[in-house]
Amino acid sequence: MLSRLLLRAAPAALRSLPPPGAVGVLHATRPLHTTQQSWAPLPPLPEKGGEVRHGLIPEEFFQFLYPKTGVTGPYMLGTGLVLYLLSKEIYVVNHETVAAACILSVIIYGVKRFGSDVAAFADKLNEEKIAKASAVKNEAIRDLETAIEAEKKEQWRVEGRSYLFDAKRNNVAMLLETNYRERLLMVYNEVKKRLDYQVAMQNLKRQKEQDHMIQWVEKNVIQSITPQQQKESIAKCILDLKALSKSAQAAV
Amino acid sequence: AAVPLKDMKLMDVKLGQLPTWLAMRDFTPGGILGAIRRGYDRYYNKYINVRKGGLGGISMVLAGYVVISYIWSYSHLKHDRHRKYH
Repeated sequence: MLSRLLLRAAPAALRSLPPPGAVGVLHATRPLHTTQQSWAPLPPLPEKGGEVRHGLIPEEFFQFLYPKTGVTGPYMLGTGLVLYLLSKEIYVVNHETVAAACILSVIIYGVKRFGSDVAAFADKLNEEKIAKASAVKNEAIRDLETAIEAEKKEQWRVEGRSYLFDAKRNNVAMLLETNYRERLLMVYNEVKKRLDYQVAMQNLKRQKEQDHMIQWVEKNVIQSITPQQQKESIAKCILDLKALSKSAQAAV
Repeated sequence: AAVPLKDMKLMDVKLGQLPTWLAMRDFTPGGILGAIRRGYDRYYNKYINVRKGGLGGISMVLAGYVVISYIWSYSHLKHDRHRKYH
């Protein structure tokens, strides 16, 4: 049915091609995909097949004769045909007829009794097949959806790239700053050490000069004190002490 | 809808145009095979390739087989007739 549709659409597709001589230079390309047909998604299977009456005659026959002969028309046609075949002995009644009658009665009894059960069983088999296939399909769809979620998450993560790089840049800047400050401190310490040395040297020198001068002055003074001067200064001190003691006694 | 005679479907062909229509059909082996394939596909997709197929699908095929085999063996069955003149 569908292939007949395709074969019907083929002349329409061929007619839509440009005539061979009129295109000129561009004869290598022809319009593709010009029909409206598409094979995907497939149309679903029809639920029930064509109607068949008494298991033998399609319903279209009854509908074909209905306008002219009504409801009983095909049955009258059938009866007339059967009588004609029997009377003209186009259908011969012999032993095979009896065999056919027995076989047909058994078949009809079997169908009437077990038909619905067999149909239910076949439907169950079909359901299982469909369930398995749709389980696979749903599983695939779920996997793809989780993959899509993961992909979206990754895309969202990409937006955080700028923050990451800012943090890294901050880290690097901090390292550089730390290094610079360490070196600065080192320079300061070295310079201070040298300056301290100079200061210490100067202090030492001055102290030594001072000490030396004091010693020299003391030595000279002591040398210059002759013994006679010593006696005179001691007598003077004794006289001063007596005077002081007298004034002190007076104060008490 | 001026469809040329070659493309018309059988049910639309008028009785007088039937011989010409029949002559214009494709009788090459490829054409015959194509016709058989189309017929088979039509029957298959209508009665068998459905969700809940019924008994009618195969029973029509078997009935057709019975009728054809009766026709082919009629020359033997002629001798079993009960009357000579009808």
